Amino acid sequence: MEMATVRHRPEALELLEAQSKFTKKELQILYRGFKNPIFLSFFECPSGVVNEETFKEIYSQFFPQGDSTTYAHFLFNAFDTDHNGSVSFEDFVMGLSILLRGTVQEKLNWAFNLYDINKDGCITKEEMLDIMKAIYDMMGKCTYPVLKEDAPRQHVETFFQKMDKNKDGVVTIDEFIESCQKDENIMRSMQLFENVI
Amino acid sequence: MAAGVAAWLPFARAAAIGWMPVANCPMPLAPADKNKRQDELIILNVSGRRFQTWRTTLERYPDTLLGSTEKEFFFNEDTKEYFFDRDPEVFRCVLNFYRTGKLHYPRYECISAYDDELAFYGILPEIIGDCCYEEYKDRKRENAERLMDDNDSENNQESLPSLSFRQTMWRAFENPHTSTLALVFYYVTGFFIAVSVITNVVETVPCGTVPGNKELPCGERYAVAFFCLDTACVMIFTVEYLLRLFAAPSRYRFIRSVMSIIDVVAIMPYYIGLVMTDNEDVSGAFVTLRVFRVFRIFKFSRHSQGLRILGYTLKSCASELGFLLFSLTMAIIIFATVMFYAEKGSSASKFTSIPASFWYTIVTMTTLGTGNMVPATLAGSVFKSCCSVASVESIALPVLENISSFRRLYHQFQLSDKYRSQKKARLARIRVAKTGSSNAYLHSKRNGLLNEALELTGSPEDEHMTKTTSLIESQHHHLLHCLEKTTNHEFIDEQMFEQNCMESSMQNYPSTRSPSLSSHPGLTTSCCSRRSKKTTHLPNSNLPATRLRSMQELSTIHIQGSEQPSLTTSRSSLNLKADDGLRPNCKGSQITTAIISIPTPPALTPEGESRPPPCSPGPTTNIPPVGSNIVKVSAL
Repeated sequence: MEMATVRHRPEALELLEAQSKFTKKELQILYRGFKNPIFLSFFECPSGVVNEETFKEIYSQFFPQGDSTTYAHFLFNAFDTDHNGSVSFEDFVMGLSILLRGTVQEKLNWAFNLYDINKDGCITKEEMLDIMKAIYDMMGKCTYPVLKEDAPRQHVETFFQKMDKNKDGVVTIDEFIESCQKDENIMRSMQLFENVI
Repeated sequence: MAAGVAAWLPFARAAAIGWMPVANCPMPLAPADKNKRQDELIILNVSGRRFQTWRTTLERYPDTLLGSTEKEFFFNEDTKEYFFDRDPEVFRCVLNFYRTGKLHYPRYECISAYDDELAFYGILPEIIGDCCYEEYKDRKRENAERLMDDNDSENNQESLPSLSFRQTMWRAFENPHTSTLALVFYYVTGFFIAVSVITNVVETVPCGTVPGNKELPCGERYAVAFFCLDTACVMIFTVEYLLRLFAAPSRYRFIRSVMSIIDVVAIMPYYIGLVMTDNEDVSGAFVTLRVFRVFRIFKFSRHSQGLRILGYTLKSCASELGFLLFSLTMAIIIFATVMFYAEKGSSASKFTSIPASFWYTIVTMTTLGTGNMVPATLAGSVFKSCCSVASVESIALPVLENISSFRRLYHQFQLSDKYRSQKKARLARIRVAKTGSSNAYLHSKRNGLLNEALELTGSPEDEHMTKTTSLIESQHHHLLHCLEKTTNHEFIDEQMFEQNCMESSMQNYPSTRSPSLSSHPGLTTSCCSRRSKKTTHLPNSNLPATRLRSMQELSTIHIQGSEQPSLTTSRSSLNLKADDGLRPNCKGSQITTAIISIPTPPALTPEGESRPPPCSPGPTTNIPPVGSNIVKVSAL
């Protein structure tokens, strides 16, 4: 069985290697997983890109108890940097490169971008509430203690208390990064997934 | 976790970074990838034919033989390959399943051989792809039926040790070859059935004349003789029926079976005739009843296997026959109506009504053409010719059934219903798999917590517990654990959730419930908070107290152990905040299935780190439960 990359070595591989922080071998592993979404018995995946439905399907496999479609939607938008409705392998690699190999600054930037739904440079309470609700949705119904209606809202209040320094009701990127860098827990947890690949 | 998604787990874990800034608690440590190896090609030698694939390809399905460590049993150290002494043809399908996620069933393969191979490799046949699933199911059913028949005939050859008299009789009835007596009985009844049928027939033949120039049928001439024959036959049949009824293992089922109904119908007319006197009014009806005596001929089907098979065949293609009948009926109605209205104008028309023209249409369509009715008008003739032409085509209808396109369309429509029902079953199975995976998480959580507790108390045993889950599973569980930490809620299973709901509704009585309700957000905010948020401790303390009371009422008790957010590195940080009384607030309740060995806080520090008991320092709380962990025996 010959390795696929020996036969077709696309230009993009070397380019990607230069742009991202992955080695060639890691890119190969990633590409194999990306190109062969083998659980998609319900969808036809056009070659080389993943659309939002697929994305949601993938993500929901990991969270069986709750509903992860909303969060997957936000995640999709975060990965789909050129906003063309599909995530190509390049988008995928660049996103993962930041998440797994990037500096803490870059990761925080990425997280800010995720929370900033309309990409206007600041996170409002409404945006954060959407994100928070999406995260809580993933827990599902059967939780202990019982999930209250206002749990996301309370959580958003906590978040804003911590992050919004000048109390103007929005969190800008600078406030966000500054607050996160002060929080030990967050800094430590940012490095949690470094050895994932 | 559902199969095949393992490849995307790294992505899901990376995306979890999105939760980190939102979370308030430190995250658990990621499971260490102890033997991290680069992806490598592995060689699978199946009876000499070598297959190669990536290790990660096989690990996509960790609950199969090839995907788990079970394949290590087949590792050949000398040749550094995995050797399987199995069929390479089927292995091709199995390996393609790992590669593409679709399991196919090759048509040339024997179904039981295929099943054996799948069982060996730990793959469930249910995941066969839609393209091959029909074929697989059909073949499997055929095979099962054949095996059942074989088993039946086999069982009949054996002599079973001890049967009751009744069971012996039943076996004798069902299978005449078991004993001589049964054989005799079989032939005797057969003979009498034949006699009875012949009698019925001969009864009506005119034989000879009687003075008076009237031809009498034999039945009336030798009435007594025929009556005696009839009586004898009916007696034999009655005795047989009663014996069968007695011997039947399930009398109710026997009464409902087709053969017994035939038996009853065969002998009923005689008894009804006995009961009824020679009354003129009912004798007409009585004569009609005698018709049913012809049903005795069906009793032969017990004696003839071919007849039974014919019956089964008819039953099995009942739908096709029904379709044929329906289409013919439609055609008949259409043509009859047309002929009737066409002939209505003519005065000498024999087509007096539509039902009257039914007969004509049927005669025409079956190309009989008796000729007793003819159309009188021109229009009628035209329609009649159309009908004749159409009738020729109607003969072709059964042939039509064999035309490939018809079969294809027909089966397609039939199959689409089957697919829909199968799809529902498939989705149900997927749902089960999903709950299975979530249950796996909960299960491993309980085990994992027990392990953590054990490790912390320094007990040396049971390292192997941590290895029961594969790396991918543990990574997945870590991911779920991070989510729990982010939202400060835990996953529990449905049962417990119901219990908790019950309890919470029971707790509406104590008035302290409401402050504790409002303390729930306080709970989340106080998690990992600094000293300033002490005031929320008090309501929190009430919660366990009330729970204690109500729980004793309900006699369900939980183990609440305090939880270490992570094993090693955060212990030092925990010390920094130890005098916060932080721990009991921060997700103070964990429910485990372990009985007693959950350690209380002092025992959590066997290394002798000086940790002030949470009660003593500054905080002005009078919380007895905070200091101790409420240890109760779980009713799980």
